Amino acid sequence: MYVAVKGGERAIDAAHEWLAEERRGDASVPELSLAQIREQMSLAVNRVMAEGSLYDPDLAALAIKQARGDLIEAIFLIRAYRTTLPRIGHSRAVDTGAMRCDRRISATFKDAPGGQVLGPTFDYTHRLLDFKLAAEAGTPSAREADPLAPEVPRITEFLNKDGLIQDEVRSEDTPPDMTRQPMEYPANRALRLQALTRGDEGFVLGMAYSTQRGYGRNHPFVGELRIGAVEVEMEIPELGFDICIGEVVLTECETVNQFAGSKTEPPQFTRGYGLVFGQTERKAIAMALVDRALRWEELGEENVGAPAQDEEFVLAHSDNIQATGFLEHIKLPHYVDFQSELELVRKMRKGALDAMKEAAE
Amino acid sequence: MTAMQHDPAYNFAYLDEQTKRMIRRALLKALAIPGYQVPFASREMPMPYGWGTGGVQVTAACLTPEDRLKVIDQGADDTTNAVSIRKFFERTAGVETTEHTTESTIIQTRHRIPEAPLTEGQILVYQVPIPEPLRFLEPRETETRKMHALEEYGLMYVKLYEDIAHNGAISTAYAYPVKVEGRYVMDPSPIPKFDNPRLESAAIQLFGAGREQRIYAVPPHTQVVSLDFEDHPFEASKADHDCDLCGCGTSYLDEVIVDDAGGRMFVCSDTDFCAGRRAEGHSGRLSGEDAA
Amino acid sequence: MRDDVLSGGFADTPVEAARAFRAALEAMARPGSIHRVEGARAPAPVSEAAAVLLLTLCDRETPLYLAPGHDVAPVRDWVAFHIGAPLVGASEAMFALGGWQALAPLDAYRIGTPDYPDRAVTLIAELVNLAPEGARLSGPGIRETARLSLPEVAAFQRNHHLFPLGWDAFFTCGDRLAALPRTSVVEAG
Repeated sequence: MYVAVKGGERAIDAAHEWLAEERRGDASVPELSLAQIREQMSLAVNRVMAEGSLYDPDLAALAIKQARGDLIEAIFLIRAYRTTLPRIGHSRAVDTGAMRCDRRISATFKDAPGGQVLGPTFDYTHRLLDFKLAAEAGTPSAREADPLAPEVPRITEFLNKDGLIQDEVRSEDTPPDMTRQPMEYPANRALRLQALTRGDEGFVLGMAYSTQRGYGRNHPFVGELRIGAVEVEMEIPELGFDICIGEVVLTECETVNQFAGSKTEPPQFTRGYGLVFGQTERKAIAMALVDRALRWEELGEENVGAPAQDEEFVLAHSDNIQATGFLEHIKLPHYVDFQSELELVRKMRKGALDAMKEAAE
Repeated sequence: MTAMQHDPAYNFAYLDEQTKRMIRRALLKALAIPGYQVPFASREMPMPYGWGTGGVQVTAACLTPEDRLKVIDQGADDTTNAVSIRKFFERTAGVETTEHTTESTIIQTRHRIPEAPLTEGQILVYQVPIPEPLRFLEPRETETRKMHALEEYGLMYVKLYEDIAHNGAISTAYAYPVKVEGRYVMDPSPIPKFDNPRLESAAIQLFGAGREQRIYAVPPHTQVVSLDFEDHPFEASKADHDCDLCGCGTSYLDEVIVDDAGGRMFVCSDTDFCAGRRAEGHSGRLSGEDAA
Repeated sequence: MRDDVLSGGFADTPVEAARAFRAALEAMARPGSIHRVEGARAPAPVSEAAAVLLLTLCDRETPLYLAPGHDVAPVRDWVAFHIGAPLVGASEAMFALGGWQALAPLDAYRIGTPDYPDRAVTLIAELVNLAPEGARLSGPGIRETARLSLPEVAAFQRNHHLFPLGWDAFFTCGDRLAALPRTSVVEAG
């Protein structure tokens, strides 16, 4: 009558086979190519690269295909692959001032040198389902304009010239790396920014939104948002100079935030900063707001107890791979722990019932 | 149980050598400060956080080709996650695996200590979800670190005493906190408190928490005391039954619902222990009907 | 560069380092127990066991102090070539290598902090004699008592009183090693 649970290995193999079949879907429908995912699902690819902390659109496309479009699962695949890669060296800090911008906007000035460039944005689209896309939509082409100047000046620098915005201290220190060292609190800003840039988009968005709704409000404006390609340079010791090893597309957001001043500082604007792989502007803006909220101590502001001001809370819960793993592990068998609770509850109930009976007699 | 070559696409035991050195250094310090949680730069593993990544990294850092590895989850070798982890090491380390506690040199476990006493030369690696015993009293790492530094464990005793005041007993049934060598309060991982007395062992006990980035250890022959009070001493309880398959009256039991009417049977949670006893001729209430 | 600088590393690192680590782990878990290791050779005066420990535990992330006697050009070059550990003074070291007398003064080393007692040095002390005799050891890892030919007693007693702070030590002699963590209670034999 009792058959001990055996055959876990067979069950796992069968589940994997079924999963592979489901992933492919209806075999009469042509299979997706990685190039199709990379080119036509590019914002999904960007998110996987950003949160996977690995800039490789082809691998991200592969991960999305393998994960059946589950982006957190795809990010997990990329992270697990990333840890097996040898670390050959470190790049120089990229110069986003020299970005070849596809998009560059400022909300703080009507116009500025370099101009407002909308680029390929959903911003002013009407969100109406385009049924033409349901059929083959052909190959759209956009009108052309003259390219931007090779270096577009930063909006915040205009404010900086007048001392109206807090100057960021330049540091030549090698930033810490949370993928190589255990997390330690309090974290410095560089570590916080690393955690935020690879943090879950939904989590960072929710935290940022909470600051806008009054949980640690910091009055942000998008000083500048720019998206484009930057060169990655590495110093080759044998050569004695830097060489360009490639290009990455980045989204950078600098917010301009009000600051009432403190005992030592006159009122001036302050900044929040977001920098994310790929075209990922929702994430970059959200990151800048959360970064700014987490700077309360450094700027001498009051801690109002808002979740987004709480460094340990934000950093410990922003990683979706940690979160999803721990959340989903409650699917694993827990019958041993449950059994011990069951015994305890039975014993305590018996004690309580006996006491009640005694009292009644 | 055959030794194989490890998959040449991966380094022996999966992790790169630099990662192993980092984990090995943490393990040595963990043994030198029993019960203290050593931070380590846990890597992202090809299985999810919460599914044994800490244990897997510790095992990977300890394995040699000569080892015989046993993996259990809930005391059983054939639970799905145990099977999955065992396959991972068969593939990436090519080590021999076994289901027999006495034949194993390294045992990776989730939620149980095997019934058979462990001996010198054996290593027990625990998978740990939340390594911080004070976490549910104080969620902040910055605070709990201070509490350990100052040996300030009053909050824990208050919590246990409140249990007694409310329920007449300490209502922690698993992951029951212990004090190691009279200094650090430690989470023994979610083993049932029945297993706590066996934390004093001749084997090396290593604890890995991957997501929380902590490693800790209990060396052999180290004092491990379950927290309690003079008037409410610790009690290692289990279901008040014998195993229905092997008749053992002292092993930890799983309760199994066997029919729609809610009929139950009790069987050893340690499947290897139970099978061993049955092979020796022991039998229980329902062993005649046992189809396993 | 001399031949003995370029040679002497592990032939099969993943496997040899794994075996060496298990010996080190057993040694630290069972203070006083003596283990044989093999597979590495460093220039004099570094013993085979000390060379194995360096290859197994040290890398670019572990500042290393070479005490006088071991701080010689061939050893420095060997460390640079095989391990890459930055060579530092005693107070910054995660690992320190030398003869017992040469490692002094012991209060120069990091003993951890109350928050992070693990951030303490590991000494690798080269001994001329390593045997299960002499000082009496007790504490975690030891069933009742053990004996080990420690070079002295007082330093280990002082270190034990710092617990949970303190340094931890490996002892090496030829191809054999033993260990003594800060938890061990040491009494004259």
